[in-house]
Amino acid sequence: MPFFILRRCLQAVNVLVVMSLLVFAGVYAIGSPLDLLVDPQATTEDLARAAAALGLDQPVWVQYGRFLSRALGGDLGDSFIHGSPAIGLILARLPATLELAVVAMLIAVGLGVPLGLWAGLHPDTVGGRTIMAGSIVGFSLPTFWVGLMLIMVFSVQLGWLPAGGRGPTTELFGLPLSVLSVEGWRHLILPATNLALFKLALIIRLTRSGTREALQQDYVRFARAKGLSTGRVVGVHVLKNILIPVVTVVGMEFGSLVAFSVVTESIFAWPGMGKLLLDSITQLDRPVVLAYLLLIVLLYIVINLVVDLVYALLDPRVGRGGSGR
Amino acid sequence: MVQLASGTQFGAHWVRVLALVLGLWTLVGTTQAAALKIGLAAEVTTVDPHFFNTGPNNAFLHHVFDSLVDVDADGRLISGLAESWVAVDATTWEFRLRKGVKFHDGSELSAEDVLFSLARPAQLTNSPGSYTSYTKPIVASQAVDRYTVRLRTATPYGPLPLDLSSIFIVSKKAVEKTGTEQFNAGPAAIGTGPFRLVAFHKGERIELARHEAYWGVRPEWDTVHFRVLASDAPRLSALLAGDVDLIEAVPTADLARLKTNPRVSVTTRTTWRTLFWHLDQFRDRSPYVTDLAGKPLDRNPLKDVRVRRAISKAINRQALVERSLEGRAVAASNINAPGIFGYNSEIAVEAYDPAGAKKLLAEAGYPEGFGLTLHGPNNRYINDAQVVQTVAQLLNRVGIRAKVETLPLSVYFGKARASEYSMALLGWGSLASDFTLRSIVGTPDADRGWGTWNWGRYSNPAVDALVQSALESVSPEQREDFARQAAKLALDDVAVIPSHHQLASWGLRKGLKYDGRVDEFTYAHEVRSVK
Repeated sequence: MPFFILRRCLQAVNVLVVMSLLVFAGVYAIGSPLDLLVDPQATTEDLARAAAALGLDQPVWVQYGRFLSRALGGDLGDSFIHGSPAIGLILARLPATLELAVVAMLIAVGLGVPLGLWAGLHPDTVGGRTIMAGSIVGFSLPTFWVGLMLIMVFSVQLGWLPAGGRGPTTELFGLPLSVLSVEGWRHLILPATNLALFKLALIIRLTRSGTREALQQDYVRFARAKGLSTGRVVGVHVLKNILIPVVTVVGMEFGSLVAFSVVTESIFAWPGMGKLLLDSITQLDRPVVLAYLLLIVLLYIVINLVVDLVYALLDPRVGRGGSGR
Repeated sequence: MVQLASGTQFGAHWVRVLALVLGLWTLVGTTQAAALKIGLAAEVTTVDPHFFNTGPNNAFLHHVFDSLVDVDADGRLISGLAESWVAVDATTWEFRLRKGVKFHDGSELSAEDVLFSLARPAQLTNSPGSYTSYTKPIVASQAVDRYTVRLRTATPYGPLPLDLSSIFIVSKKAVEKTGTEQFNAGPAAIGTGPFRLVAFHKGERIELARHEAYWGVRPEWDTVHFRVLASDAPRLSALLAGDVDLIEAVPTADLARLKTNPRVSVTTRTTWRTLFWHLDQFRDRSPYVTDLAGKPLDRNPLKDVRVRRAISKAINRQALVERSLEGRAVAASNINAPGIFGYNSEIAVEAYDPAGAKKLLAEAGYPEGFGLTLHGPNNRYINDAQVVQTVAQLLNRVGIRAKVETLPLSVYFGKARASEYSMALLGWGSLASDFTLRSIVGTPDADRGWGTWNWGRYSNPAVDALVQSALESVSPEQREDFARQAAKLALDDVAVIPSHHQLASWGLRKGLKYDGRVDEFTYAHEVRSVK
């Protein structure tokens, strides 16, 4: 197991370096941020001064070299726009995004697994079919449209919930969270639902097909033949086996929730990281784009590692170098 | 009888209690803080007023800080922290400060604060968009007494008061030993403006409270909350749901629908932002000019004033603003908006004349036309991609085989500033036409800051001389006269082709009134409630 983790870490470093090179080249190729930043009436002298201040007066490989050497020391550079460390800007917005992603994932898993299980156990009932039909709606409707509809109905027409923004936050262990107050929940519930809908549909379908498949397996028949209660057969034997694909998907999807919930964050004016990425790309704020994507790569690596570790818990064969096979 | 009397007394007692309660209630009602919530269309990146010079930043900073010279809603200069100013001689300006102006911390404004603030932009070396272009002309500054400041320029320089309308005055005491972070955190954000900073949450919201000792007209609002709602749909829905009282930049597509909504009202007005076409006038072979078969052309037709005039005549500006821009613009004759300093009302909007355009093309030796690609941004101006397409179609009608390419701003500006295009769209907002002319049609000389946005590199020594004279005039009348002459000369030569002036719009909850500003800024202190 330690060797497994070590190997993963080495892979991670490789991925990070390649990623930084790609992003650096990509953002550099789009154009110079100076034309967007500097006052239109600036002279050559002003431009040169700004370029020097941002380190843009150097050739691209020097710029990349500087970035790498600083990055090794943990400094991913200062934002061109804000003048403060890029990583600080991102981390300041991380709690808002994480909170939204966690609540959305909890909704998706909390509803998706039981509903999928039920639909898998009772595939030919009205309830089972309704759940499946609902899940199709869930992932065929575009997120932005559902978001707008939620706002139109619950905020504009009914006036029950605010149309966007993050409510008041309460500090918990230094993290500003909005889940600790009613007002915070009122702001959170619409964007979280919007974000959860697609994942919910996905998890329902995965769980259902997993359940259907598991029910045909020998071990389920044996368990039944042994006289175990339906509750135990489903709750322990079936559930544990169908959770492996669900955990994989939840892991990957959680990563994408954190990294790319841009659409929902824009529609609900949620002050998270997704909007920061979008703004930074349009303003060519290279340090922020770089730091953001590197952070996301890191996040995916960690999530994958966690997913693999969870496999090992669910399925003892994983992680022993496949010796069980 | 007794019973009745006691009954009455009983009733009267309760009436008194009720009256008291109601009285308290109305008292509560009237003392309840008047709050204004505003949805901003762009992010405010900093509270440091000398760090990053952008429109959204400046619009916000005007709430917390004042400048020596202020700008009214129509773009004319009015007194700010300086009561008056005068050119003592050709290179010396004297500004007389208002007396008794209080900072948010209670201290009084003095000439020392002004000198400190004017020197500060040059000291911020990590600034991404510096304010130094406004302070650079000043070569020496001196506090004559507590309320008088004298500024010297190397050469006679008329626009100094205008430049100083962009430099915010901070408190020397509060700022001296701090940096940008201390502004965002609050301690250094001490200004003289109508509101003081309560909290700044970058990218999310800003809270302000009224400055009770403000020197100017007392704003109606006890507190002002700005929320950053950069995307169109959430901004609009926040207004419709009553989360905010006012939004700027109402999405074009929803404007008509909003006008029929009884719960909201819409304000529109012409702004300084004027769009025009740059034409390549310096290359003999222009990269996007071809013959009818699509092969590069040996000579550049855009160098011929008749061809430039023909293109201008081929543009049906009226149809353009009514259809492609959905009425959100007015046809332009100048490259500055009406009412802006130096606007020349003698120049008429070019009439739509396709027959005349064809005739001019034939005279210039292109009876069959030629091929041309038009470039423009697609995320910068109102319906910008549609504008480019419409103009291309209009050019096709007079025989010019026009193609269209639109790009996101981040890519477009870089290429356009490198003069990579043959005909390209640019929008410009300025409060003085001599400034505009210097940047747009002045002969490019980057070291002096001339022609820095002259993509087509038009060059005319006579225009340069007139613009130079305007900039050197310390008498506003003389300066405006020179600027008008320069504009006439350049536009008679079709240095650029003016297209339209954009309108800005604000959506307000019923019961509020905002007249709008030519600089597109949203000022909470200029929003009023109406019955």
